[in-house]
Amino acid sequence: MAIKKFIFKLFFKKDRIRIGIYGPPNAGKTTLANRILLDWVGDVIGSPSDIPHETRRARLREGVKIEVDGKKLTLDIVDTPGLATKIDFHDFIKYGLSEEEAKRRAKEATEGVIEAIKWLDDLDGVLMVMDSTEDPFTQVNITIIGNIEARKLPLIIVANKIDLPNASPSRIKSAFPQHLVVPISALKGINIENLYKAMAEKFG
Amino acid sequence: MIAMTVQLSLISKDLLERMSSMEKLRMILDNVKEGKIVVLEKGLTPEEEAKLIELTMLEIDHENFVGIEVETYPQHSKSFLSKLFGKKGGRLTVIGPANRLKTLEKREDIIRALIE
Repeated sequence: MAIKKFIFKLFFKKDRIRIGIYGPPNAGKTTLANRILLDWVGDVIGSPSDIPHETRRARLREGVKIEVDGKKLTLDIVDTPGLATKIDFHDFIKYGLSEEEAKRRAKEATEGVIEAIKWLDDLDGVLMVMDSTEDPFTQVNITIIGNIEARKLPLIIVANKIDLPNASPSRIKSAFPQHLVVPISALKGINIENLYKAMAEKFG
Repeated sequence: MIAMTVQLSLISKDLLERMSSMEKLRMILDNVKEGKIVVLEKGLTPEEEAKLIELTMLEIDHENFVGIEVETYPQHSKSFLSKLFGKKGGRLTVIGPANRLKTLEKREDIIRALIE
């Protein structure tokens, strides 16, 4: 299967590259998707939120054209729900949701996690978003990266939220030294040009 | 002070190697849903870990079972042999119910966790 894929890629370069944006809840996946779309298309994919699991359905935006140093790419961007190994509705009640709303959100979030995992089989590359203020050695990060490596997908780790005072992108670099790590702030747009350059090189 | 008991299921590498992926995942989830802590001498492959998360999400009932906590080390870089045969063996792994097993600290070669 892998050989077939390699031969296909060798002779038939895809004119569109499908990129998944992955990561744990609240890492800034939707903020990054919005930043990319604002910069290249002029609109957004969805609303980010402080409440975890705001994105509970994968959202696909097709035909996003980016151009870096003369290199043109057409991307289909998939903003995936945050991955987790546990979802407790009590965590949502802390944000002021009623028990009924919290339980509904928790149920949708479990479905979202399954959908995000299923999408891994239909991608050409992954932007793995991590919060630079958090410990990168989480089970979710380890599992996603293991699966991306097993599928031999090109990967860029996006060390997000570097605008925050306790951000430490170097901790992410030392946790996953075998992968390209690009520190950015998706919210403020800091270093975003470096990410576009990396995407053009890695996914182009 | 009330004494708390925790039941551990320690599964040998030999047994794990004889089990199919689905058998392993079913055994892990059945144990964890009974409140037990499962220790695997040889961990799961990344694909099995993803499948375990999928099955966990399907079985969360929002009352008694809210998910799992998994303690495992990051994968080593691939050796020549594993590259050749395309197989990755996971390292020692501890899995428990999310409301009992809490990660305190996870580093490349040290994991500290709390069982409540």
